[in-house]
Amino acid sequence: MITLAGICREFMVGDERVAALRDVDLTIATGEYIAVMGPSGSGKSTLLNIIGLLDRPDAGTYLLDGEDITGLGDRQQAALRRHKIGFVFQFFHLVPRMTAAENIELPMILAGIDPSERKQRVAATIDAFGIGNRARHRPDQLSGGQRQRVAIARAVIMQPHTLLADEPTGNLDRVSGGEVVEILEDLNSRGLTLITVTHDPDLGKRAGRRIRMVDGRIESDR
Amino acid sequence: MLLRDLIRLSLGSLVDQRMRSFLTVLGIAVGIASVVLLTSIGEGVRRFMLSEFTQFGTNLVSINPGRTTTVGVSGAIINNIRPLSIADEEALRRIAGVIDTIAVVQGNAPVEWEKRSRHTTILGVGPTAAAVFKIDVARGRFLPVDDQRAPRAYVALGSTVATELFRETSPLGKIVRIGGERYRVIGIMESKGQMLGFDLDDAVYIPTVRAMSLFNLDSLMEIDLLYQAGLESRTVADQARRLLSARHGAEDFTITTQEEMLDVLGSVLNIITLSVGGLGAISLLVGGVGILTIMTIAVTERTPEVGLLRAIGAGRGQILLLFIGEAVVLAAIGGLCGLVIGAGGAWLLGALVPSLPTHTPWLFALYAELLAAAIGLLAGVLPARHAAGLDPIEALRAE
Repeated sequence: MITLAGICREFMVGDERVAALRDVDLTIATGEYIAVMGPSGSGKSTLLNIIGLLDRPDAGTYLLDGEDITGLGDRQQAALRRHKIGFVFQFFHLVPRMTAAENIELPMILAGIDPSERKQRVAATIDAFGIGNRARHRPDQLSGGQRQRVAIARAVIMQPHTLLADEPTGNLDRVSGGEVVEILEDLNSRGLTLITVTHDPDLGKRAGRRIRMVDGRIESDR
Repeated sequence: MLLRDLIRLSLGSLVDQRMRSFLTVLGIAVGIASVVLLTSIGEGVRRFMLSEFTQFGTNLVSINPGRTTTVGVSGAIINNIRPLSIADEEALRRIAGVIDTIAVVQGNAPVEWEKRSRHTTILGVGPTAAAVFKIDVARGRFLPVDDQRAPRAYVALGSTVATELFRETSPLGKIVRIGGERYRVIGIMESKGQMLGFDLDDAVYIPTVRAMSLFNLDSLMEIDLLYQAGLESRTVADQARRLLSARHGAEDFTITTQEEMLDVLGSVLNIITLSVGGLGAISLLVGGVGILTIMTIAVTERTPEVGLLRAIGAGRGQILLLFIGEAVVLAAIGGLCGLVIGAGGAWLLGALVPSLPTHTPWLFALYAELLAAAIGLLAGVLPARHAAGLDPIEALRAE
């Protein structure tokens, strides 16, 4: 359950103030499938970053599971990101020197989870994502679709309730993009809240709820 | 985050940049190796010097005329220093615990045999000097026990003097002229080498009283007391001080115990070891700058990775820890390599050049390793702070 009320976010570009988000109100129930769309610079990514606790709003309140998290410190926000939110990026952001399995293991290392438990969970997740024969490969030995699958596996290994995907298919061909969308939707069907930011109208149409943003405001929400 | 994971992650990124890590490790290794090697040499020299110094016998107290003090009136007006005499020596010999005494007079004079002549150190000593100073007699014997006030004209030659003057001829029983007077060679000393620049082999030993008349002296230059092992040097020195003060009416002499001399020498040599180690520390500093440079580059290169780590739940503290951990691991590996190279080098040096004494003090080695880790920590802090301070969104965007 995510509740945003009166969220504002401004950036300084040179010596000019640019409002990325203007007074945004948004409520997202657990298990929803949301596509955030809109032209470049409309504030989609900023919205996603604020929901994902990577950015702080200048004004407004953000309730995550009923808890006001705008005033939390760095350490507590990091813990929330670790346990409640998963990120998927357009450019995958896998650590190049680590194997697929090690990349998936990374959030659990940061969380200080016991190595034997980590091993089990990584093995189970790798099987579930159909990348078992690629576990020991490094990212540069994987195809784009495989990389994004590894990235999704990493995003959900801590069993978050919300998955934030910023243009998850933006860097993939049609076929592997379709596979990735299927994986994301499958996760959503199991109760994970899925919020994607996308330019792709086809991808947008698949979402249960479409939010269109223009100039830092929510223009339509259906 | 578990410590073993931190170390594993650090090792992972260091192995990924093998060449670069190797060179950085090398920098620290050279620094630690030079610290270890130089302190090994310094410590070896210190031990060597101390053993050289004590090889002339321990349990010695030496007494010299005059006293180093500052008084209000010029010394010339109240110049009442009484010289040390043979009678003083005989009195000192009666102190309980004193085994022997040696009255010493020293000067330079030519020693001649046939057509050869050599200017050398003439030591006027008593018959027990060889035993007290631990100089063995190679051939013949040392000065005999004689009437102290009118000893016979015998001389014992240092090994250098003997070979220089006599070459292949045996000097025993030959008559040499010292300062014009005739002396019969009674013994040749074992080679003892130099001590603090003074060549004991390039010297001849004659009875004290004869040396006094040779150099036209009416007093002794030094009296050495040999006391029983196990006695406190301070006790012996105090007794000697009281006795001589009573005889002279004032304390117009200086007593030096060997412990005091060793203390002074030891502290001087400690400083040498330290300063030599300090020279090595400079190269260690350079190694530290190497780590700083490489970590700064690493943070810049891995900025997107920092953003990713933040996104998947790393706090600023964890980012800080990751990069500092990497720097410390780098430095610690360098330190270990340096320790092995340094200690191995010292051992090799000791084996190849036996005349150069080396000794690796393991406590110093431990300090050096800790120092390396500390340098890694210091060098890592700045880049790691930079990494931790990055804005995660900006970092993710950087490519």
